[in-house]
Amino acid sequence: MDTLILSRIQFGANISFHILFPTVTIALGWVLLFFKLRFNATGDERWMDAYRFFVKVFALSFALGVVSGITMSFQFGTNWPGFMETVGNIAGPLLAYEVLTAFFLEAVFLGIMLFGFSRVPGWLHTLATFLVAFGTTMSAFWILVLNSWMHTPVGFEMRDGVAHATNWLAIVFNPSMPYRLTHMLIASGLTVAFLIAGLSAFRLLLGDKGGSARLSLKTGVTIAAILIPIQILVGDLHGLNTLEHQPQKVAAMEGNWETRGNVPLLLFALPDEAARENRFEIGIPGGASLILKHSFDGVVLGLNDFVAEDGTVMHPPVFAVFWSFRVMVGIGVLMLVLSWFAAYVLWRRRPETINPWLLRGFVAMTFSGWVATLAGWYTTEIGRQPWLVQGVMTTKQAVADVPAPMVLSTLVVYLAIYVLLTTAYISVLFYLARKAARGEDVKPLTPSSGAAEVELIPAE
Amino acid sequence: MMSLFGDPAVWLPLVFAGLMGVSILVYVVLDGFDLGVGVLTPLAGETHKDRMVASIGPFWDANETWLVLAVGLLLVAFPVAHGIILTALYLPVAVMLLGLILRGVAFEFRAKAPAPNKPLWNRAFFYGSLMTALSQGFMLGLYIMGLQWTFATVAFACLTALCTTAGYCFMGATWLIIKAEGELQVTAVRWARASLNGLLAGFVAISVASPLVSPRIFAKWFSVPEILLLAPLPVMAAGITALVWWALTHLPDEHDRYRHVPFVAGSVLFMLAFAGLAYSFYPYVVPEKLTLYEAAAAPESLLIILVGTVFVLPAIGGYTALAYIVFRGKARALSYD
Repeated sequence: MDTLILSRIQFGANISFHILFPTVTIALGWVLLFFKLRFNATGDERWMDAYRFFVKVFALSFALGVVSGITMSFQFGTNWPGFMETVGNIAGPLLAYEVLTAFFLEAVFLGIMLFGFSRVPGWLHTLATFLVAFGTTMSAFWILVLNSWMHTPVGFEMRDGVAHATNWLAIVFNPSMPYRLTHMLIASGLTVAFLIAGLSAFRLLLGDKGGSARLSLKTGVTIAAILIPIQILVGDLHGLNTLEHQPQKVAAMEGNWETRGNVPLLLFALPDEAARENRFEIGIPGGASLILKHSFDGVVLGLNDFVAEDGTVMHPPVFAVFWSFRVMVGIGVLMLVLSWFAAYVLWRRRPETINPWLLRGFVAMTFSGWVATLAGWYTTEIGRQPWLVQGVMTTKQAVADVPAPMVLSTLVVYLAIYVLLTTAYISVLFYLARKAARGEDVKPLTPSSGAAEVELIPAE
Repeated sequence: MMSLFGDPAVWLPLVFAGLMGVSILVYVVLDGFDLGVGVLTPLAGETHKDRMVASIGPFWDANETWLVLAVGLLLVAFPVAHGIILTALYLPVAVMLLGLILRGVAFEFRAKAPAPNKPLWNRAFFYGSLMTALSQGFMLGLYIMGLQWTFATVAFACLTALCTTAGYCFMGATWLIIKAEGELQVTAVRWARASLNGLLAGFVAISVASPLVSPRIFAKWFSVPEILLLAPLPVMAAGITALVWWALTHLPDEHDRYRHVPFVAGSVLFMLAFAGLAYSFYPYVVPEKLTLYEAAAAPESLLIILVGTVFVLPAIGGYTALAYIVFRGKARALSYD
């Protein structure tokens, strides 16, 4: 394998590992603020118990997000120097604003949010919780502005092969940004909703008597049931936006080789790029035309239009895009069914004990948001290939001239660490849930390490 | 507006070099102490370990953000240099990143994972801190050697790796003198005394090697009148070292009144060393190859970052200070309550 593909795998691995944790912290910050405000308003200890449990999940996710994010900021230089050399004038300020307006805010107030409960007045602790949630969202905003700009670049001109900004408003509010940002923020909300519901269901299955598990299950289910239909709508709008600006990506998502009307909506197929056709196709006739063009005979661009005269393929790899898109949509449908059914049960029927099979369903879906988010990102990012910045520079032009064995050796170590840490993360979350179900560690004034006793300094 | 202070292609790169310098310096002092504490943990017993980690718990995250800012500024203000430097330092950067990952997550896992796994995460915390400190020192050495990979330059980089690690241990130990009480504080004074030697060895090694490697730096140091203007630097460093040494032989004092002295003085030492380096390498951002003016991004882009920085940096300073005030005083066991 050459340096390009190894660097792509390495960056893909790093960013896949990284995105897992911001996806949790972006929305969980707001849910924690919700728990805190409910506690402030009602004085009900169960809200504070829910806060105490999920703030640990937050802290752990945050740490993993920070360290994997630092990796990203260095890899621009170590593996992709061409990116900043060409579009640094645009990417630079956006990244700088992310660090300045988001990273410091969340990092500093996280300390107060986690360890300051008894050291600062209540309002400051609530404010710190708000600022951390706000910071993570700001961070998502800036990074999605940059990412969207790479898909739909506007507001710049090329001078001597280097991009120069001409209109910052156009750059920030580039055509795909509103859709991508909304889609990602809701994805974070859904990931957290199912994470909360899954861990709470797990606690209930173990016989948690605390009352906060039932409350947080209901919170998770409600958030999921509200967000999923909105997400499906936003996803559809995002798809139409992509059709306008990156038709080759949509062609790959639909597995559509020829430009034609009456394009079927494929439920199953094995796209074969060598033969440039699909095998074992099962589809709904005219379905894709209907979704994309709102009429059965709507003409949709096909992949074969994106092959240059000399045979150079200027569309993304079809198989990966086609299937990751289906994985995302499939999980979305599962989320819809499960969350609406559970919402009906919990809000309407209010049973004494919840059916264990429903709870098991949520435990199984604990990390479904991760899978859907990754599948969605693979769809859009692999779907951008061979471009790094659509129409401006290809991925190949940006890669560093580092020997392949060096990239391979660091890649192997990174992968090993990522597998280890993801496993550790998941098992620690369930370990914390088991501990909470046994009624340990939920009472106030118990240190999280369980190792040293607390000596509180009164808040002055 | 851009030409208000003269040619923006001249002053903007300079301003950004200054900002980057400040971020690196703040990073070295702040993350220096928490990396140092990490490297020192295996020397301490179980209860002391918890207390040591507690002394840096609320701060480490924000401290590391200065590294992101520093490399971010390099990335956005000097994109070409960012590429050259980081590709040349590919392996040490990878080692540092793995170290940062290990220690960052070990912080959380050692407190949350099942008790039998705690020693494992303690080890991860130590090795992560050690890898980070060593690789940063290694990068410093290689940078001084003009980013060349030869036997001699790597040997020198290994030396600076050890000295930087000792320097971080010194900062960690002096931080513990502020935050710890009783036996741990006494031990921290001992650690500070031992690691001070390593730090000083590093200063000497860099001071000897820099002018020998580069005739340009030699000329910058030893010609008249530069040598007279530079003279206060080593004199001040010597004075401060003497002050630190005196403080370390008298600490812990009766009312804990001078507990801040070694940490503050140590920070000033780092500042002086950094000023010396900055003076020597100016105007180069990639040693002997690329000046900061050649490497700078377009002035329009720099200006838009600068506007944001001017507003945001004081705010960052403000709430960072707030965090240090909230968590002032002796370190207590960490608790979410």
